[in-house]
Amino acid sequence: MAVARRSFDAVVVGAGGAGLRAALQLSEAGLSVAVLSKVFPTRSHTVAAQGGIGAALGNMGEDSWLWHMYDTVKGSDWLGDQDAIEFMVREAPKLVYELEHFGMPFDRNENGTVYQRPFGGHSQNFGERPVQRSCCAADRTGHAMLHTLYQRNVRARTQFFVEWMALDLLRDASGQVLGVTALEMETGEVMVLHARATLFATGGAGRIFSSTTNAYICTGDGLGMAARAGIPLEDMEFWQFHPTGVAGAGVLITEGVRGEGGYLLNKGGERFMERYAPNLKDLASRDVVSRAMATEIKEGRGAGPRGDYLLLKLDHLGPEVIEKRLPGIREIAKKFADIDPVKDPIPVVPTVHYMMGGIPTNYRGEVVVPAFSNGRSDPEAVVPGFYAAGECACASVHGANRLGTNSLTDLLVFGKAAAESIIKFLQENPGRKDLPKDAAERTEARLARLDGQTNGESVAEVGMEIRRTMQAHCGVFRFPDMLAKGVKKIREIADRASRTQVKDKSRVFNTARIEALELDNLIEAARASMVSAEARRESRGAHDRADHHSRDDSNWLKHTLWYKDGDRLEYKPVHMKPLTARTIEPKVRTY
Amino acid sequence: MNMTNAEMNRLRWSCRRGLLENELVLERFLHAHAALLEGERLAAFKTLLGYGDDELWDLVSGRRECGDPALGEVVRLLRNC
Ligand SMILES: Cc1cc2nc3c(=O)[nH]c(=O)nc-3n(C[C@H](O)[C@H](O)[C@H](O)COP(=O)(O)OP(=O)(O)OC[C@H]3O[C@@H](n4cnc5c(N)ncnc54)[C@H](O)[C@@H]3O)c2cc1C
Repeated sequence: MAVARRSFDAVVVGAGGAGLRAALQLSEAGLSVAVLSKVFPTRSHTVAAQGGIGAALGNMGEDSWLWHMYDTVKGSDWLGDQDAIEFMVREAPKLVYELEHFGMPFDRNENGTVYQRPFGGHSQNFGERPVQRSCCAADRTGHAMLHTLYQRNVRARTQFFVEWMALDLLRDASGQVLGVTALEMETGEVMVLHARATLFATGGAGRIFSSTTNAYICTGDGLGMAARAGIPLEDMEFWQFHPTGVAGAGVLITEGVRGEGGYLLNKGGERFMERYAPNLKDLASRDVVSRAMATEIKEGRGAGPRGDYLLLKLDHLGPEVIEKRLPGIREIAKKFADIDPVKDPIPVVPTVHYMMGGIPTNYRGEVVVPAFSNGRSDPEAVVPGFYAAGECACASVHGANRLGTNSLTDLLVFGKAAAESIIKFLQENPGRKDLPKDAAERTEARLARLDGQTNGESVAEVGMEIRRTMQAHCGVFRFPDMLAKGVKKIREIADRASRTQVKDKSRVFNTARIEALELDNLIEAARASMVSAEARRESRGAHDRADHHSRDDSNWLKHTLWYKDGDRLEYKPVHMKPLTARTIEPKVRTY
Repeated sequence: MNMTNAEMNRLRWSCRRGLLENELVLERFLHAHAALLEGERLAAFKTLLGYGDDELWDLVSGRRECGDPALGEVVRLLRNC
């Protein structure tokens, strides 16, 4: 089959916050840029971000990047790379002001500066008291950010390939990345997009769990593509559970609610966070609050007929504050929990929200993998031509647990940094390497297998099995026997996933085929998560093991790397040395 | 309903949104009312799917009223999903 080809300087896969910020930088530098997205750019999942962008602007009282750095390192339970964290928190204010100049409609203080709201885990003076650091546009920060960046990209003449799904990463024999294969949904045709540099900004993979705040599109495609091309996935055992997903629906109730003064109650009406985090209480870091909630439920203090949720109380804020500062919340509670929060508390449970792990990168957005060359091994050799940013990447700034508002910061900072790295790489490597003749072979084989499969597995059933298994075996609390069984199960499911079949053989917008191709990515993300979680015998950040209650820095202060090939693990050191600041030494994490 | 397979598939894909809220409601809607989708109702549904996620959610959640009478019936159905 002859596959059509097109060539670009850069191909960006993903048009969420990270992809759009990167594409803008590239287009403004005069490069030819193709941005692929499964959905219209402004329907990317970034649109859902409500709470805000973390940056130490100091508009609401004293703040400093050092405090933001401290909070992020502590939030990460010391698994975050301190060079990348310093880079992010120092760049953050610049990127926020840049966005302001692009026309982002931030909320304002009376003196005209950007309004900042408080958010869990962010503090003044190294954990002393909460600080207001989150720059927001009402409860529509992500929406405003996407629209602002999309408009700028249109102006900069970025080329969008909307409703195109990237299928596989192209590498030559030396390992250099040369673009992707992609499916045009409208025609069902596959094309090779030949690129001098390729950036993945494909977002998260929350859909590997049954209870998640993530939209259906978050299927970890970048992870699947990278894994199939031999790139390891980093720290996939770390999944953040957001404390306040609406029970039964998954829909998120932003932390902003607690930032504005809402708090959690158990069935006895006790404000239980006072027991678990005496200083920051309901504003403690997400893993701490989620664990406290899971403990309350486990110990029989959950509310509701089955005792399986807790209550988020905000009626005391009054309808005016709720309407003005948290307008969307009321409608969500009414629609998905059938209550009006102006009068009654919202039933909530910890819900999978964010993937801390991903494609390993350095703070410049370059993808890095262990390699052996010239007689020495390098745990972080740059993969030429390959970049990643946003939730699909692991820089690693979030380590074992992300602080709220730090993802939007990550998208902006590392989206731009990756683009700057690409610009430099293209200047230093002016030519275009030829594509290998068999460039599209892997993709063609995948599609031929899927189209020709008989007596195969149902995509919906295998997908359901992945989600059930992850939820039951790899949740807020992790038990050794459950993890071991989970590994066995997920390997069996992976086997089934390789035999999926679709009955609909049509070409145009064949959603069944698209979902089968997404499943190939879901299964890699799930397998990486389960295998990595089973192996890590400590509790750190979002990873909480019943048989190893505490963090174990002497054995486990290291990043996990999972390889699809052989379904095996390696480890690499955490960067403890910041760029200029002093190392923030590990200590017990209390709030 | 006289939609082709391709049209129905396209419609299903348009129900992939950035907001889980919208996806849940649209899924319930397709489950309950797909058979109703023809003529003006289908046109109205397509118009609504063309809206941005927040705009759509504002209508579905009743945060904003729908100015266009042609969309009224489908908006009402969505609100009840
Ligand atoms: C409800 C909710 C609220 C949140 N609120 C906040 C907040 O207030 N502050 C904060 O910091 N973080 C927040 N987060 C987290 C944050 O929104 C996300 O981590 C972030 O938006 C991810 O952005 P991204 O650019 O990496 O990916 P996304 O915005 O998810 O975009 C991914 C893009 O990749 C494309 N794509 C994926 N696969 C393919 C493929 N195979 N081919 C082509 N295109 C593909 C998609 O079409 C999309 O354009 C929130 C998350 C949720 C779920």
